[in-house]
Amino acid sequence: MRTEALALNDVTIDLRQQRILESIHLDVEPGSFTCLLGPSGCGKTTLLRAIAGFTPLSRGDIRLGSKSIAHLPPEKRQTAMVFQSYALWPHMSVGDNLGYPLKLRGISRAERQQRVAKILARLELSGFENRAVTQLSGGQRQRVALGRALIIDPPLLLLDEPLSNLDAAIRRNLRGELRRLQKSLGITTIMVTHDQEEALQMADQIVLMRAGEIVQVASPQHLYHHPADIAAARFLGVDNTVSCEEHDPPSARGATKFGFRTQDAVINMPLNAAALTRKGRVTDCLYTGNGYQVSLSTDGEELCATTASPIALGTFATLQVPESALISFGPDDRHMPPLDRHEDIA
Amino acid sequence: MTLSKRLSQIGLGLMLGLVAFIVFGPLLNLAMWAFAEQWFYPNRFPTDWGFAFWERVFRPRAGAWESLFNTVIVALLAVLVSMSLAIPAGYALARQALPMRNLIMLLFLLPQAFPNLPIFVNIAAIFYQWGLNGTLVGVVLVHSLPGLVYAVWIATASFATVDRSLEEAARNLGASPLRCFNDITLPQALPGLLAASIFVFLDSIDEFTGTFFVGAPEITTLPLLMFNASMGGNYQVAAITALILLIPSVGFMLVIERFLKADVLARIGR
Repeated sequence: MRTEALALNDVTIDLRQQRILESIHLDVEPGSFTCLLGPSGCGKTTLLRAIAGFTPLSRGDIRLGSKSIAHLPPEKRQTAMVFQSYALWPHMSVGDNLGYPLKLRGISRAERQQRVAKILARLELSGFENRAVTQLSGGQRQRVALGRALIIDPPLLLLDEPLSNLDAAIRRNLRGELRRLQKSLGITTIMVTHDQEEALQMADQIVLMRAGEIVQVASPQHLYHHPADIAAARFLGVDNTVSCEEHDPPSARGATKFGFRTQDAVINMPLNAAALTRKGRVTDCLYTGNGYQVSLSTDGEELCATTASPIALGTFATLQVPESALISFGPDDRHMPPLDRHEDIA
Repeated sequence: MTLSKRLSQIGLGLMLGLVAFIVFGPLLNLAMWAFAEQWFYPNRFPTDWGFAFWERVFRPRAGAWESLFNTVIVALLAVLVSMSLAIPAGYALARQALPMRNLIMLLFLLPQAFPNLPIFVNIAAIFYQWGLNGTLVGVVLVHSLPGLVYAVWIATASFATVDRSLEEAARNLGASPLRCFNDITLPQALPGLLAASIFVFLDSIDEFTGTFFVGAPEITTLPLLMFNASMGGNYQVAAITALILLIPSVGFMLVIERFLKADVLARIGR
């Protein structure tokens, strides 16, 4: 089946008189990988379920390719979803789980077996046909669930936090594996995640959501350097904010705050004229494995920075952030683009 | 081993013995009566043993075979009737957003809340008008009533425990609602539904009051046969009937035991 574009237009959802999603507009290019990113309760899973047909729309339209699927039952939509719990049928073997979607399409037993064997080989699970799904490890279950979705060759793949139940090490491996598989199949994919690192590593396009609305739609690079506002920035790891002062490096006109990430700030390094500097008393010094994370108490603000060697508590230190790592925000907490740097705006 | 430990072990042994006596004592007496040919007061044990009464019970015109057949056929039909109502009702109660769901569930308990004698007497009166008294259909219906209560409650619980995402995954991959119910929901709920069937079956096997008012004298089941024998002072026949009654019960207990094993559960519906 050909991969298709997805278009959401004015999608609004109410559950029990409560508005869950408010007028969502989104275009997804065919063959692209889109992440719905946001804190829990932001409506990202509801949006995914609405695309699959499990949550009725109060208003709006969902188009897959050229046709509207908003009023079709789930089984007619041709979307393939991988559930967070994997939802493998425990009363069926691995082979039966994978073959069931084909059985529903009236494909003969011989061809089913052949296609199941093919997809198992692709998932590096050859010979697992007769295993019970309850005997599989988490990573194997995840791959079987993915295989079950892909076996029907769907125009659209929906992933609901597919990696969140796995160990950190397996998760990192599977990120790359999943992304390579998606690229080689060229299948339009939408993945829900609350993990910003996962979204940044995997997506072509990130949809940042908050409280039932889309905050920002951007490429990972753009989102990382130009989050729409302070709350979005915090979600993307910008853990420090300082009020602008006169001697600070020039930023956007009217900016009142800078944000920066702890990893970009250094302590007691030779001063650079074009950097933001703050003096403060060391209140904490934590070992992080590749260095130390130092907390500084400047007047009224608590800031964090990294350093290679430990610093005694209570001493004074100078924190320095290079200009390129600063993100400026206006008085309304919204991001203000820097004056001359537009090269990485997608 | 310390003294207190040994004492507590002796205490435990005595307790177990007492429990065993309470449970198995009457059964032992029953077994003795079944094989006693002569047993008069004040003898503590039968004076004459044998199978003479077995032969009497299983004589064709004694009716034991017919009662056994009636008992089993009524129980099977009662299972069929109550499960065919309980499966859709249980699914609806577990899955659909019904208004006043708890009230409906409570209503199903009502027939059990009343003493069942007046209920059966009234059912008998109604069935008499409909010409159902003394028919197999009437007895099956009256046996399905108490069974239905268990069946609906257990079916609701077993459908409620089926993980919804399993059903959604099937729908998502192309299964119609009916196909999804048959292929995913039903196999997942099967252990609970089997347990419900077993309850209905066992309940029907030793159901007496309803059969007495609706079925007698045309339809005789084993409990009725036993009642008649005991009333006539024929303890041997009553004891033998009771032992026969144990056969389907023990058989179904074994089935329960099999189906409640986890590894068997995982294989159901394959």
